[in-house]
Amino acid sequence: MLIPALVAGIGTLVPIVYLVLRAFDADLATIQRLVLRERTWTLMVNTLSLTLGVLALSTVMAVPLAWLAVRSDIRFKRLVTILAVVPLAIPGYVVAYALISLGGANGLLSQLLGTVVPRPSGYYGAVAALTLYTYPYLFLNVRAALLGLDPVLEESARSLGYSSREVAWRVVLPQLRPALLAGWLVIALYVLGDFGVVTLMRFEAFSYAIYLQYSSAFDRTYAALLSLILLGLTLLIVAGEGRLLGRRTYSRTGSGSQRAATRTRLGRWSPLAYGYVTSVMMVSLVLPLTVLASWLVVAPPGIQALQPVLEAFGRSASVAVPAAVITALAAMPIAYLSARVRLIGSRLIERLAYFGYAIPPVSLALALVFFSLRSMPWLYQTLTILVMAYVISFLALALGPIRSALMQVPPRLEEAARSLGRPPFVAFFQTTFPLIRRPVVAGTALVLMVAMKELPLTFLLAPTGFTTLAVRVFTRTSEGMMAEAAPFALAIVLFSCLFVSLLVSYEGRR
Amino acid sequence: MRTRVLSCLVLFALAGAAPGQTLTIYSGRGEALVQPLVERFTAETGIEVSVRYGGTAELAVLILEEGRASPADVFWGQDAGALGALSQAGRLLALPADLTAGLPGIFTSRGGFWIATSGRARVLAFNPAGSAPEPWPSSVFDLVDETYRGRVAWAPTNGSFQAFVTAMRVVHGEDLTETWLRGMIANDTQAYRNNTTQVEAIAAGEVDYALVNNYYLLRFLASDPDLSVAQSFFDDGDIGNLVNVAGAGIVVTSGNVDAAQRFLRFLLDEQAQRYFTDEVFEYPVTTDVTPDPRLVSYGELLAASPDVDLDVLEDLEGTLELLREVGLL
Repeated sequence: MLIPALVAGIGTLVPIVYLVLRAFDADLATIQRLVLRERTWTLMVNTLSLTLGVLALSTVMAVPLAWLAVRSDIRFKRLVTILAVVPLAIPGYVVAYALISLGGANGLLSQLLGTVVPRPSGYYGAVAALTLYTYPYLFLNVRAALLGLDPVLEESARSLGYSSREVAWRVVLPQLRPALLAGWLVIALYVLGDFGVVTLMRFEAFSYAIYLQYSSAFDRTYAALLSLILLGLTLLIVAGEGRLLGRRTYSRTGSGSQRAATRTRLGRWSPLAYGYVTSVMMVSLVLPLTVLASWLVVAPPGIQALQPVLEAFGRSASVAVPAAVITALAAMPIAYLSARVRLIGSRLIERLAYFGYAIPPVSLALALVFFSLRSMPWLYQTLTILVMAYVISFLALALGPIRSALMQVPPRLEEAARSLGRPPFVAFFQTTFPLIRRPVVAGTALVLMVAMKELPLTFLLAPTGFTTLAVRVFTRTSEGMMAEAAPFALAIVLFSCLFVSLLVSYEGRR
Repeated sequence: MRTRVLSCLVLFALAGAAPGQTLTIYSGRGEALVQPLVERFTAETGIEVSVRYGGTAELAVLILEEGRASPADVFWGQDAGALGALSQAGRLLALPADLTAGLPGIFTSRGGFWIATSGRARVLAFNPAGSAPEPWPSSVFDLVDETYRGRVAWAPTNGSFQAFVTAMRVVHGEDLTETWLRGMIANDTQAYRNNTTQVEAIAAGEVDYALVNNYYLLRFLASDPDLSVAQSFFDDGDIGNLVNVAGAGIVVTSGNVDAAQRFLRFLLDEQAQRYFTDEVFEYPVTTDVTPDPRLVSYGELLAASPDVDLDVLEDLEGTLELLREVGLL
């Protein structure tokens, strides 16, 4: 158990070591001059306020949606779940483009309403765009926690005289804490590293400065310095999350087994609920898809366009699938160590995983180039190293749901199995694993979807000539050929829809 | 189990390795543009080509990071800056003189480490409906005038814009450039991400003018002829009309120099040059190919463009320093 966890932990250390090595290329005076500028401070404030804004808005979107999809009597729950996850698959710049193309003199709104609405930009534009495709992280986490929540707790609280509101605030919400924190953490770290949306929305955040260093100065040293500052921010956020999470018990301690929760009747509130669900779907899904479709309409592709799409799809899947499976396999022992084993360092490894996620992908890719060429040149530009990069980068995504679920599973089940003579490993697979199976699958799915649209790691680390769907989208939009890019972008979204629906129906079967 | 994992790793490794005779290109130019050319090259020469697509900057940084172990034979980038950075770091091979001979002065690198494959001019894009009664600015320096307050777009983070600032520093000196930048900022010039978003901003009515490369508008117009945006040069010789290039060089560690040189020659031949100008509205670099009719003629381009050595665009470092100093980066 410890060994895979250690290996995964060390994996995330590799890029950090690289960044430190690179940063020390510079002399101290330069470092001081570049880092201790007023602009660094401005960027920092901008980045933090952006992060807070996205967290607040995504909570407002994700939590009610998750509750409705699990605990209410609305219909089409499965559909709602699928549609709430799919925005993850939409490339960020497509979402940003979609929002931008709403406003302006020839924007969608002015064509529909006849009045010119200013195009979204700056802080609010960036918050909106980022939220629209990151809120599913929170949705998935909260949904998993609600599914695993033991209704007995609420019933006991009610029998002790708590009102519904008190039950919600004092029983349900505290139980959702690990899930909320895990979701927030992933979103916050994503926002720290995002580059595409902030530049389109013309909002100056920290990641923007890092990317600029690589892209216009070819300056790996200063970029490494900035990345390290960003990792400092990550450290603060990850440590903060750890403190807030604490060492509480979230599992049931009584005997017996958990049963399904009853569903709340919405009654006269249901039109509001349907309205809410519909409007969230409209902005997060219909809007960007409309923009993609409009690119297609500009120059409809012929049937001969299908073959390159399928070919690229095969390539994307051939990396994303192994990456997702390995990530989930690595996340399980790490989450287990963090949730169950009280050893010094057992939580440290889990925390390390978040650094892999927060390191700007270009820096991570260069770190792997640096190390593989020096130690294992035969691995360089192979699918193996690309899969490794994905695992390091996305480990944190799979960890969240698995960790939250593990915290809800009583350790005594496994202890009982062991006392009956099962070896530890077998005991885990016979008792705990079936109970965390769904979150494990959810974590795998999350990684798969994000890996399908991954870009910077792929074009630096993939074998030469290995153009995935995301690379094909990029190499067309970068030349301003939106219509040619659209079929590939649509393929990413369609695949994710299909995949998520498979997943949700698998959950339904149990 | 362990042997199975190991053999899997080896298989993956083998699948990724390319056979020796393949020409490996790192291309910052898009696949839709490059692939047809590469296929024609292979058909003509029998040389297999494998292309890694990515951002020009990322691929240049990748070649720097790979150092001596770089598998790349050819680097093909979107701008002179990346090529300059690579040649300064000693990562590009000096090219035979006959490759660069016969190209117009504005399309050659005097160091001889890379060739221009196509040219793109800086222009001023504008809203033809909104700005008709105004006198046309004769120079990019006029844009600091009160008339243009809040109405001009630029892209300080964009490579082409930075190359233009570098050229301005070389031709007009640091002080004048800094004064211009500060004047533009004080005049509430609007910052956008790149050329495309600037053209869209004019169409959306957010700004009336934009400092852009010449070909983006033409690509927009090709799919939407009614777009209310037009473009034109400043007065002849103004630094605002700088001609920049996309270009290619041979990586110093290439084990395939002959094939790489053949590819570079192929990019300069008539067919490839015609393709650049017809497909993506860039300027051919060889005078025997006529630019697309939607571009201005060769004579006009040469008259409009300022006299700047492309090699000086390598000093991006100084430009970035300046842009940081005035608070744009």
